[in-house]
Amino acid sequence: MTPSPLVEISGLCKWYDDFSALYDISLTVAEGEKVVICGPSGSGKSTLIRCINQLEGHQQGSIRVAGQEVRPGMKGIEAIRREVGMVFQSFNLFPHMTILDNLTIGPIRNRGMGRAAARALAMEYLNKVRISEQADKYPPQLSGGQQQRVAIARALCMQPRVMLFDEPTSALDPEMIAGVLEVMETLARDGMTMIVVTHEMGFARRVADRVVFMDEGEIVETAPPEAFFSAPRTNRAKLFLGQLLAH
Amino acid sequence: MTKALAVHRDRPPVGFNAWRSAGVAWQITQALLVFAVLGWLVWRGIDAMEYRWQWYRVEPFFYREIDGEIIWGPLVRGLILTIQIAALAGALAIVIGFLTALARLSGSFAGRVLAKVYLEAIRNTPLLVQLFLVYFVLAPIIGIDRFWAGVLCLALYEGSFAAEIIRGGLRGIDRGQYEAADAVGLSTWDKYRYIIVPQSMPLVLPPLTGLLISTIKHSAIVSVIALAELTTQGLNLVSNTFMAFEVWFIVAGIYLVLTVSLSFAVTLFEHYLNKPKR
Ligand SMILES: Nc1ncnc2c1ncn2[C@@H]1O[C@H](COP(=O)(O)OP(=O)(O)OP(=O)(O)O)[C@@H](O)[C@H]1O
Ligand SMILES: [Mg+2]
Repeated sequence: MTPSPLVEISGLCKWYDDFSALYDISLTVAEGEKVVICGPSGSGKSTLIRCINQLEGHQQGSIRVAGQEVRPGMKGIEAIRREVGMVFQSFNLFPHMTILDNLTIGPIRNRGMGRAAARALAMEYLNKVRISEQADKYPPQLSGGQQQRVAIARALCMQPRVMLFDEPTSALDPEMIAGVLEVMETLARDGMTMIVVTHEMGFARRVADRVVFMDEGEIVETAPPEAFFSAPRTNRAKLFLGQLLAH
Repeated sequence: MTKALAVHRDRPPVGFNAWRSAGVAWQITQALLVFAVLGWLVWRGIDAMEYRWQWYRVEPFFYREIDGEIIWGPLVRGLILTIQIAALAGALAIVIGFLTALARLSGSFAGRVLAKVYLEAIRNTPLLVQLFLVYFVLAPIIGIDRFWAGVLCLALYEGSFAAEIIRGGLRGIDRGQYEAADAVGLSTWDKYRYIIVPQSMPLVLPPLTGLLISTIKHSAIVSVIALAELTTQGLNLVSNTFMAFEVWFIVAGIYLVLTVSLSFAVTLFEHYLNKPKR
């Protein structure tokens, strides 16, 4: 038997008032696995990964992270969130703090790490994303690509077991995208478990173990990237890929 | 017809600045003239009443020297009490305002209703009636003296305005900041303490200064429950000395100095806050 899955979602349903954003989602992600989620705008990709660390509460079904059940409004959600790093489309760095402080606040406040240890850890990850010279600057002083790499380092500083990415490159200028994808690929090679919402097909081909295609709040198709991109089984996926390539 | 373009783009044409400072000078002159006329009218009015100014008698209102020891006079003692009341009420108002703002933004139905009831009750009844309610009804129940009754009443009143100011400040912060704070695993307290509140400071500081200034001014109302703050001391002095004009001019002047120096201090603080970033 394989080791117990890191993220285990079953029968997940989510409504915004009476609008069904997610319906009967089941998805299991094993340790070290890389899953790319794609699908048309409004299909519920963001909602799905935001349920995993409870930025959105779900109404039905179950979500387990590292064996722990995640429930809306639960006590001790911070303990689960430290296992789940998240990278947003719009970076969401804290603009009033230096890059270094952006990285250390999580480890210090959540993990109770000492200041010096947190700094050392932060510098290590800033090196990894090749941005350590900027440690004392403020986020608005960096380019979009640099900010996103800082955001990745900030998430990594919590030493999470799984990383969630919500369209990490779609707010970036084209020349910035490669640097961010490179960092993500390195991370993947190092064995991080990753769930990535993205339309970067090249990245998906190189990194993903599985592509999950969503439409209208449901998982329509799950397949290895080669199979999915060259021979999608469902009509909805064909339509979506056609539109994606037409761009 | 089009005018010729200025010769230097980075410098306004000659005479432009001079013309503008002439404008400023004229404005100042206008203001001075208006004040001079007003002052003259007041002076004539008072003269016509044959008011007898006794400015030489006001020094003991501030202090007296007895055997080389300085005894503070009623106005100084009143001023100190006013500062104490306003500072405590202001601080308490900010706490109440913050909690009310959080309750209004929260998912809890009970919290939202409670906050709304508090806000409507405070806004739609006269401050004087609120003071009597706190002093005659609430104070005996919870066992507080007139000082704390005054502070509490002011804090509840100003707190309702602080709530709206702080709510605006909290809503002015991008949703992504809340989510990023959650995602790095900060507790609710840490999220507000390190991420949200520091960022809303520049938004709430100017209106909160206005609020603290109102608190100082509104603190005069506690004179009706005979708390010996500045206005009460003014009333007492007038009834003892009949020097109404001198006393009320001085009292108003003290309030003015207090509020103006407060806004000056906050302006300095804002400069300090804005300096290092970006
Ligand atoms: N807070 C909300 N209130 C109401 N409806 C919402 C809310 N958030 C999302 N939705 C709706 O839920 C659906 C799924 O949204 P979601 O953001 O998950 O889509 P997505 O697949 O990430 O799309 P995109 O590619 O545009 O980011 C959308 O129709 C959206 O309008
Ligand atoms: Mg999305």
